[in-house]
Amino acid sequence: MRIPNDLILRTTTNLIAFILLAFSIYLFLAGHSSPGGGFVGGLMTSAAFVLMYMAYGFDTVRKIIPINFRLFIPIGLSIALLTGLGSFVFNQPFLSQTFAYFHLPVFGEKELATALLFDLGVYITVIGVTMTIILSIAEDRE
Amino acid sequence: MSNLAILPILIPMLSGILLAFFNKNINLSRLLAKALTIGNLLYVSYLFIRVSQDGPIILETGDWAAPYGIVIVADLLSALLVLTTNIIALAAVWYAPYSLSKKQESHYFYTFFFLLITGVSGAFLTGDLFNLFVFFEVLLMASYALIVLGGEKVQLRESIKYVLINLFSSILFVTTVAFLYSVVGTVNMAHIAERVAEVDQRGILTTISILLFFVFGTKAALFPLFYWLPRPYSAPNPVVSALFGALLTKVGIYSILRVFTLMFPQQSTNTHELFLWIAGFTLVFGVIGALSTTNIKLIIAYNVIPAVGFMIMGIGINTETSVSGTVYYLVHDMIIKGALFLLVGAIVLLAGTANMKKISGFIHHYPLLGWLLFLSAFVLAGVPPFSGFIGKLLLLQGSFGADQIALSIIGLGCSLLILLSIIRIFIQVFWGEKDESYVPNKKLARQLTIPVSFLLFFSVALGIGAEFFYPTVEKISSYLMDPEQYINSVLRGNP
Repeated sequence: MRIPNDLILRTTTNLIAFILLAFSIYLFLAGHSSPGGGFVGGLMTSAAFVLMYMAYGFDTVRKIIPINFRLFIPIGLSIALLTGLGSFVFNQPFLSQTFAYFHLPVFGEKELATALLFDLGVYITVIGVTMTIILSIAEDRE
Repeated sequence: MSNLAILPILIPMLSGILLAFFNKNINLSRLLAKALTIGNLLYVSYLFIRVSQDGPIILETGDWAAPYGIVIVADLLSALLVLTTNIIALAAVWYAPYSLSKKQESHYFYTFFFLLITGVSGAFLTGDLFNLFVFFEVLLMASYALIVLGGEKVQLRESIKYVLINLFSSILFVTTVAFLYSVVGTVNMAHIAERVAEVDQRGILTTISILLFFVFGTKAALFPLFYWLPRPYSAPNPVVSALFGALLTKVGIYSILRVFTLMFPQQSTNTHELFLWIAGFTLVFGVIGALSTTNIKLIIAYNVIPAVGFMIMGIGINTETSVSGTVYYLVHDMIIKGALFLLVGAIVLLAGTANMKKISGFIHHYPLLGWLLFLSAFVLAGVPPFSGFIGKLLLLQGSFGADQIALSIIGLGCSLLILLSIIRIFIQVFWGEKDESYVPNKKLARQLTIPVSFLLFFSVALGIGAEFFYPTVEKISSYLMDPEQYINSVLRGNP
């Protein structure tokens, strides 16, 4: 088998994948007050993974990121659902949310809302779904 | 607490997610699925009792007041239908291990099964038109996965049709919600109902209501839109067919019932005339289909269509008697269609073929199965002591009361032909000489009969105990005929 020599693609991927990952996390966190959120953040994270898969091939990336993306779907869904269920504990209607101001190191005074946890669930589910679709089509070689 | 109303949606959803983690461990999956279904059924029965005692339970999710947030409304009709859904789910979960292969079960069958129940319960409980669309998609996505589970050629072919037609009707649904939103400026059902009553522009609202009727008519398989139903429903595994036949079309009927009793009750002259015509054609065409084939799964699938016709007839006549007939028939039909699909699926599994000409003399091998089929034919056709009778009697009372003589005669004639179509299966499959070369699988037959008898027990109880169930149905129909009650309880927060 001919081993392709795609040095330029791989070098740029090394750079771009990290920028993509950072930007996707920015998008995910910014969702509350500016455009972004769990959905687009999740899509962009999976775009970074897909780029890595394209540049380095299936087996290599599986060694670098040994994660079963299929499990991401139930994990993400349960995070989102449990965030909604959390309101049961405080005797509030389902999916009620709350927020508070925290003083975080480095970042300073920040507003943290439970909606972010719900978004985290969406984020993880989106990554799981996208990667499962792409990888199961790519793996199917019969 | 008002959170009671959302638990019938959350329990199956959580169960589905939980079971996605151990899809490979089949024994654990089966055990958990059974336990969770029983738990859910118990909970839903408790909810039903609570609702019938204290009136509708309303949950404003996220603590947002009614027209602004999504409301979950558990009134008597919704609670009754969710209860029926869970009874069928219980039978299906007991049937599944014997009809599915291990491989199919490990490919997330139970997850999709629970998501289907989530979607159906959600569609019954929601009080928001767009949320109804979302729950429709939840149940349709799960049904797409279930219909191809196993990946046989037939299933793939039928699933393409099924997905295409449902995508089309979903697109139409979104478009119609957009039209309605542009006219009334809200998607909350109670708020829509209130505003529709105030708006002068009747023309556009009638158009929208007819569009909604076509959307739900496609889901429910009404006359010009039913052609997609029979084959996709007979292609998948029996337990999946039973879930489809018992639940999916009935969600469409429920939506039509809700939309036209709550939101558009005023301009009944235009719409309800159309319903009656469609009901008549649906009855006739469904029965013709059921008599046209020798494939026993297809016969049952075609029988879904005339039942839908009966229910639309009740909605079209729109009197208190006929609507209570529709509600009674809805519950009866969910249970009996579930039972029939499971029963016929059992015959196909045991005989290895769906062509009834190739099977005969089964009564010598499986007497119980035979008599159960005989009984369910009578229940379906509406022979007096059984549940089909009460529903049809109320419908006929309603239609004679509204001077729809022709339609009543069509209904009666079709009942007779429905009986014929099922009795044909009984005669072909169970009568005849004993086939000595056939090796019966008594153990499998016994296991498959248990869930069927469980469902038929409810069918028979619903008929014999009609006096006990009828007051509830009457209460539902008088509640449906008076939309003010719904609007008041949702928008003004007094249950």
